[in-house]
Amino acid sequence: MSVQVISNTCTGCETCVSACPFGAIEMRGGKAFITESCTLCGACIEACEFKAIERTGEEAVAAAKDLSAFKGVWVFAEQHKGGISSVTLELLGEGRKLADKRQTKLSAVFIGQDIKNRAKDLIAHGADVVYLADDPALKDFNDDSYSAVLTTLATLHKPEIILAGATAIGRSFIPKVAAKLYTGLTADCTVLDIDPETGNLHQTRPAFGGNIMATIVSPNHRPQMATVRHKVMKPAPRNDARTGEIIEVKFTQTGDVRTKVIKTVEELGETVNICEANIIVAGGRGMGGVKNFHLLEELAKVLGGAVAATRGAVDEGWIPYSHQVGQTGKTVCPKLYIACGISGAIQHVAGMQSSDVIVAINKDPDAPIFSVATYGIVGDVLEVLPVMIKKFKEIRG
Amino acid sequence: MNIIVLVKQVPDTSEVKINRETNTLIRDGVPSIINPFDMFAIEEALRLREQHGGKVTAVTMGPPQAADALKETVAMGVDEVVLLSDRAFAGADTWATSYTLAQGIKKLGAYDLVIAGKQAIDGDTAQVGPETADMLGIPFIAYIKKIEAIAGGKMTVERMMDDGYDVVESSLPALITVVKEINQPRLPSLKGKMKAKNLKVTTLTAKDINADENLLGLKGSPTKVVRIFPPAPRGQREILSGTIEQQVDQVVKKLKEQSLV
Ligand SMILES: Cc1cc2nc3c(=O)[nH]c(=O)nc-3n(C[C@H](O)[C@H](O)[C@H](O)COP(=O)(O)OP(=O)(O)OC[C@H]3O[C@@H](n4cnc5c(N)ncnc54)[C@H](O)[C@@H]3O)c2cc1C
Ligand SMILES: Nc1ncnc2c1ncn2[C@@H]1O[C@H](COP(=O)(O)O)[C@@H](O)[C@H]1O
Repeated sequence: MSVQVISNTCTGCETCVSACPFGAIEMRGGKAFITESCTLCGACIEACEFKAIERTGEEAVAAAKDLSAFKGVWVFAEQHKGGISSVTLELLGEGRKLADKRQTKLSAVFIGQDIKNRAKDLIAHGADVVYLADDPALKDFNDDSYSAVLTTLATLHKPEIILAGATAIGRSFIPKVAAKLYTGLTADCTVLDIDPETGNLHQTRPAFGGNIMATIVSPNHRPQMATVRHKVMKPAPRNDARTGEIIEVKFTQTGDVRTKVIKTVEELGETVNICEANIIVAGGRGMGGVKNFHLLEELAKVLGGAVAATRGAVDEGWIPYSHQVGQTGKTVCPKLYIACGISGAIQHVAGMQSSDVIVAINKDPDAPIFSVATYGIVGDVLEVLPVMIKKFKEIRG
Repeated sequence: MNIIVLVKQVPDTSEVKINRETNTLIRDGVPSIINPFDMFAIEEALRLREQHGGKVTAVTMGPPQAADALKETVAMGVDEVVLLSDRAFAGADTWATSYTLAQGIKKLGAYDLVIAGKQAIDGDTAQVGPETADMLGIPFIAYIKKIEAIAGGKMTVERMMDDGYDVVESSLPALITVVKEINQPRLPSLKGKMKAKNLKVTTLTAKDINADENLLGLKGSPTKVVRIFPPAPRGQREILSGTIEQQVDQVVKKLKEQSLV
């Protein structure tokens, strides 16, 4: 397969040269020329008004595997101390849709210790089968043991698709599974769709700091693996009447488990993990100091949300790094994001721009945050926040 | 101890903009930089060398101009650099990149630790670290914010999790990825800059690293990018006016109408 310029049609306008995210197009003799840096992404094909670029020769790639042997949609059902993570329910919701389109089963892989009694919850939320690996050796998250369980199961049962949350745990061990299975893995997806005929999973994700979206497929490899962002998929509703099968799998330690968790320290305390919050109240350097952060906490409390921050505020030492949103922090996607005293630097915006509704409070009417805000309040946070807290308290009774 | 650092040259994504008329990326004048997370990896390697002795080798897979990134690492104090560059590597996804890096690392002789960045800011995948570790057959730990101790073929590290951190022990050699919390990268030194200026970067090709050509570059990559497009623009924007009281009233009303609060 290759992307080629139709020389006669090319007008030499150079639009494709700047459209190429990989800098793979040069002008030669007044016409566009595609160099070997091309990744076949097709950005140039879309950019060319003259239809002078085309994809050619869907050459028959010798399929490395018999793709038809792979069936079923799997989700990795993440849990913390027995509590099923909210992203797991979102994966079950999305997985159910994909499985129905493909007329196949949805299975959940559930790994941990003392979690047996929760397996039926996964069935109530849409799973047809639960592979349950419940073992004292699986108490803590460990890359070696978790990837051993999932790789062994996937090798045995050959699922067509494996989804996991783009969480600290998912993003850590899922790539090891993909490496072992020699298959494609797409990180941090926000949209999934399946081609009902080929079974190809179209995985869409942001790249280049959220500046562009890319759709990725693994046409010749199975299982197709993806990690999925929190909060972008709809959680599966609960239906206790659903039935399914729970298959207990013995965890036998093949290979070494070379890493060991000695201690777990929870930092967020009573506040919620910001990735899972529906409402986030975030503060930046414009809060003016740690002494004013109680305003954010108070507002978050009234709304039942969580407190987040910019790198600016984290660097000032006003709040721990685990609350940081942005390129070097967490990516969040709440229903409501209230940005207080935040300038809206691209690195921060990259982590919050997919929020459904954004309210920005900034005293500078030209602050870049206003260009992503649904509603912008121009004013001093120290004046605005107390009024806001008061009004929300009123309507919340 | 011998430490290998994985560095990637990336476009400075904060400078990349979308042309809303043509829906394309504007790359003109966008500088290439060392992936910011890899700066923390380099710094940590240099600090470990200062404590334990040994040497630091920076490895990158990329086009010939990625040699510039390697020179920058030398200016910071890295001892040796290796550029994995070959036309056959072009178009690699994370699987094929990891395979190439693993093959390259195997050529370098004994090592105790491999350090990579948490993720690269162009692709943001965070997959090359764990995949490379797997192909090297060594333990992997992600998101390290502190190395507590290294002794007797073992290390103890602090791993960031979504709700706090874990203290994890691992045998060596191992591969870790690091987050910004771990340190403050140093600036290049004058001496380092001189050394970098005169440096001839060693380049290894597919043949040099005994790579199976079917597993390289576009050919060896399970994933294919089929489409690139700009994100949907955000919906209606409204900058409010009036007194603070009035502005807040409007917002509260709108949020209530949408059942957000
Ligand atoms: C490689 C790299 C990665 C980065 N990653 C991240 C990241 O993950 N997350 C992140 O957040 N940043 C990140 N940054 C930093 C980012 O570029 C910005 O520096 C940072 O987001 C700014 O934080 P801020 O908005 O709190 O502070 P500032 O930019 O200082 O903005 C403060 C804002 O508050 C307003 N203000 C001041 N006083 C008041 C008041 N009384 N009332 C109302 N408004 C007021 C000001 O008008 C201003 O707009 C990164 C930078 C780099 C180079
Ligand atoms: N081409 C490459 N050459 C060397 N190291 C790389 C390369 N790509 C990724 N890495 C390393 O892997 C980390 C994660 O990258 P990524 O999986 O692309 O987000 C980076 O921070 C680098 O340390």
